[in-house]
Amino acid sequence: MPTEPFDQEPVFPEPAMADQGHALDVKHRSPRQITWARRRRALTRFWKQFRENRLGTAGLFVLSLFVLVAICAPLIAPRSATTEVTATAKDQPILAPPGHHCPQSYIQNVQDPNTGEYHTIEKPCLASEEQFYPLGTDGAGRSLFALLVWGARISLLVGLVATIMAMLIGSGIGIAAGFYGGWVDVALSRLTDWFLVIPWIALAIVLASVLGQSLFNIIMVVAVTSWAVTARLVRAQALTVATRPYVERARALGASNWHIITRHVLPNLFPIIFANTILTVALSILAESTLSFLGLGDPMSVSWGTILEQAQGAGATTGGQWWWVMTPGVAITAVVLAFTMCGFAVEEITNPRLRRR
Amino acid sequence: MGQAFLTLLFVLAVNFFLFRILPSDPITMMVRANRLTDSQKAELIREFGFAKPLAEQFLIYITHPWRLGYSQQSSRPVVDVIGERIWPTVLLVGISTILSTILGVLIGISSAWRRGSRLDVNWLISTMTFYSMPDFWFGMMLLLVFAATLHWFPVGGYASPPEAGLTGFFPHLLDVARHLFLPAATLTIGYLGEYSLIMRSSLIDVMHEDFVNVVRAKGLRDRDVRRKHAVPNALLPIVTMVILYFGYVLAGAVGVETVFSYPGLGLLTYTSIVEQDFPVMQGIFLLLSAAVIIANLIADITYTYLDPRVRQT
Repeated sequence: MPTEPFDQEPVFPEPAMADQGHALDVKHRSPRQITWARRRRALTRFWKQFRENRLGTAGLFVLSLFVLVAICAPLIAPRSATTEVTATAKDQPILAPPGHHCPQSYIQNVQDPNTGEYHTIEKPCLASEEQFYPLGTDGAGRSLFALLVWGARISLLVGLVATIMAMLIGSGIGIAAGFYGGWVDVALSRLTDWFLVIPWIALAIVLASVLGQSLFNIIMVVAVTSWAVTARLVRAQALTVATRPYVERARALGASNWHIITRHVLPNLFPIIFANTILTVALSILAESTLSFLGLGDPMSVSWGTILEQAQGAGATTGGQWWWVMTPGVAITAVVLAFTMCGFAVEEITNPRLRRR
Repeated sequence: MGQAFLTLLFVLAVNFFLFRILPSDPITMMVRANRLTDSQKAELIREFGFAKPLAEQFLIYITHPWRLGYSQQSSRPVVDVIGERIWPTVLLVGISTILSTILGVLIGISSAWRRGSRLDVNWLISTMTFYSMPDFWFGMMLLLVFAATLHWFPVGGYASPPEAGLTGFFPHLLDVARHLFLPAATLTIGYLGEYSLIMRSSLIDVMHEDFVNVVRAKGLRDRDVRRKHAVPNALLPIVTMVILYFGYVLAGAVGVETVFSYPGLGLLTYTSIVEQDFPVMQGIFLLLSAAVIIANLIADITYTYLDPRVRQT
């Protein structure tokens, strides 16, 4: 029996291979088809392993829920609800706890027509005027539910976009340092070390204050302060991949650096970058909420951190308005926890050292 | 050592150039506070060499990094403004670091030793939850419950005002401790997860090493294997971790100090953001970065001292 070419492995026996017609088919597939078939198999295997991780699956479920809410925000609550003052009494915005609230009911001074004396009466509320605030209102009389739904958009958007930017910077620098070596490595590694050492919050505050407040700037700041960990991870991995025999073989066959990086190094780094990405999103969302809380967020858009900033500014904590403080924090914690659990699950699958011994 | 110095130089360079790409030029930024006297302004321009070319300004700056100018809020020297805020933060962060280390190590040990048990899973989930909370929000919740609703603790500050009459040594100490309790609890619980997770994975690594099997084979009881052999070895990374984190937490207390109006560096950072007080912000950035760099250096030295394997290489 002839030995199979090393590259076309099937190390993992496939049920489909048992089928004779299929096995014949394998020989006529192009290298590209074989690669993609292998990737598809790997993905299926990955998904199966992920599903076995209970915490990871729970995290993914919670995440999908939040992403769905963020995408469908206009269907759930009108955009105007985030700016419109709906809960008022005597034209003053009021803080209403969760549940039914009657915006028109207030104490009124009424003159008794017979005696001419003034009485205070509470003006009754008509059923049509009664409003329902599932999570109460904030100090400006806006529905907290609507704010949270629209805040999910900003918080997730900043977290995701900042992470993608950080990943691009981090993997780029990491691969360049690990693959090219020499003075490029020295310079880039030093730069990475610097960014790792500087306390991120101090750098973020300084950057955000200098750049000014806008959505783009906060994304920039979060990205600039969070790429270094990825760069170091990717560099270490790229160093080991670059010395593997197949890279040498590709080089002997005349492959360019670009070809080796995109076809051999990147696919090998992908699992690590992927796990790291998910964990970085969690940190980016936390970073965004902290910066917004410190008043460095975009004043034109509502994020969960901004709601907390306004609650703190209006004295909601000392005033005992628990609903205003609690809900945004619960949302942040849930999303960050969900991302962390997904990230840990992916890391456990892609990094065999972490698997249960 | 050389690396720490290089990093410090990098921080100084960042500090210099960052504050010179500001929308307003550095002179207006430095002298904006109209409370500054003309002689103070003239002194600043001379001291920082604002009239000279940029390269020369950089040279002046890098050789005199402690010259920070005047705070725009109070017109006092930045060094003084920052100096008086260091002690409360060190107190707060120090106590929280000690507490979270001790508790985290204990939790980590019990988790790792019974890996996969219900206890382990519960600790893992709860520490992960606390890790996912924004620390300032957890502080707000504690404040809401224990200070605003139950009135067990004061709502903020470092100590009661002098009018409260708590002037004796012990009444004052008790008063400071009461003010410290909630912010310290916030930071302690917030950083607990990090330490317990590290201790857990470190102990699990150690448990699989050969020497643990050897001492087991020698017939030591399970408790003694853990106490005398496994835990001391697993503590190594924790020691350097704690030193390293001390530097970072110093910076991370911004949110918590803001929530509790605790007059440390964090609150100063917050007010400098609100007031756009760039000289103070610059000073804090420098101080916090230097703290982390020095913490790194100490951690490296301690690790070489503690782990003979590193010393040999």
